Amino acid sequence: MRKVAVVAAASRQEEKMLDNEVEMMVPLITDVRTQTGLDQTDICFTCSGSSDFLAGQAFSFVMTLDAVGPVPPIAESHVEMDGAWALYETWVKFQMGVIDTALVYSYGKPSPGSLQDVLSTQLDPYYVAPLWPDAHSVAALQARLLLEQGAITPDELADCAVRTGTAENREDYFSQPLLSDPLREADCPTYADGGVALILASEEKADELCDRPAWITGIDHRIDAHHFGARDFTAVPSVRLAAQNAGVHDGPIDSTELHAAYTTHDLLLRKEMGLGIPDTPQRSYPIQADTLMASGLLRIAEAARSIWDGSANRVLAHATAGPILQQNLVCVLEGKEN
Amino acid sequence: MESTERLSAPLVLEYPFTRTTGPVIGAFLTGLREKIVLGIKRHDGTVLVPPTEYDPETSETLTEMVEVAQQGEVTTWTWVQEPRPQSPWDSPHALAMIKLEGADTPMLHAVLADGPEELEVGMKVRIKWREVTEGHIKDIEGFIPIGENND
Repeated sequence: MRKVAVVAAASRQEEKMLDNEVEMMVPLITDVRTQTGLDQTDICFTCSGSSDFLAGQAFSFVMTLDAVGPVPPIAESHVEMDGAWALYETWVKFQMGVIDTALVYSYGKPSPGSLQDVLSTQLDPYYVAPLWPDAHSVAALQARLLLEQGAITPDELADCAVRTGTAENREDYFSQPLLSDPLREADCPTYADGGVALILASEEKADELCDRPAWITGIDHRIDAHHFGARDFTAVPSVRLAAQNAGVHDGPIDSTELHAAYTTHDLLLRKEMGLGIPDTPQRSYPIQADTLMASGLLRIAEAARSIWDGSANRVLAHATAGPILQQNLVCVLEGKEN
Repeated sequence: MESTERLSAPLVLEYPFTRTTGPVIGAFLTGLREKIVLGIKRHDGTVLVPPTEYDPETSETLTEMVEVAQQGEVTTWTWVQEPRPQSPWDSPHALAMIKLEGADTPMLHAVLADGPEELEVGMKVRIKWREVTEGHIKDIEGFIPIGENND
């Protein structure tokens, strides 16, 4: 395997951003290029993640390429997925041996429309989407099963809400009304507009561009069935497999950056990947500001930041997509080469 | 043209294709029109409802359709106090996963109850059909609790 590292990151999230997608991404892309001293002609490959469904326009990502400056022509690709999957595509490109540097970015701007409506459109078009279940209701169906089976307890949900900053204490949590029975407001995400940009570099280049590169030592993504009935809502086999293939358990994990937009997801992901409740908090929590298409890549950016500032040496970053943790990507970043 | 007049042109968003639902989903939807529910047998003998052409886990081709019952039990539920505008329901209702008798997988639909206190996991419900059915998942108006006042 060719070694690849994250060497620069920039991100921004706000509840309602006035800037459009290009205006949002220009400063972020400029920032990572400045951090590394690269200009666009030095970057071998550019890959982005965003959602046409969110923008309400086909090929909406083409407009956002204005933020990159694709003249003279650049080698570029896009995924209609969270940027974490754009990073995966880029990592594969590194493995092919054809690139040494890459720009990866993703963004989402849900505030002008109804994100709940957009999320409904990802569901089965014949059996589920015509019933327009909102994302919180689907999460609640899963939560009740987890509670009924005793896989999680109400106290664990409360403690998770306190840990992720959506409730002050257990009393505060239990005083909140039910939002989607059995979930309370503190269990569910607040959505935000935002974007994130990263620079990746190969082992030949990374040390020139960064004092302490965050090496990707394992990465894998897996998917569970689309059919609601065929899925066991209380288990996430895909994340278990991805964690195993990414080598999560080959060494100690200093901190975790989970793309958990619900308290139930935080607890379920930890259980499936055999992770304890962390001593060190995440650097940011998707439950406080979840940005469709960017939250997953932001987890990788935050994991890299904790390596750059020396607060961790081996970090797990996780990204998810699809209803209730259907698709999962697990990435292990390390400060020193093994 | 007055210089203050704003230029405009009509934009009609459309989906100019005809989709067919195929031999399995199509059969299920036709079944709904006839007020019956069809599932499909997986290679391990269990019955998937609603049916798909391929096994969602093993990708094996599935062909053997079987009829299942019109009543079953709630495996999990949540309460929707304020239905969204596009929702088929305009009053508060439960969304639930319902496993029909004869099926091994639950399906998503509504339980038409007066309040969340009427709901519990394991409760028995049966289909309430719309008067006019047209081969759509919404031909099922919802599920109603099988109990004292509901025959």
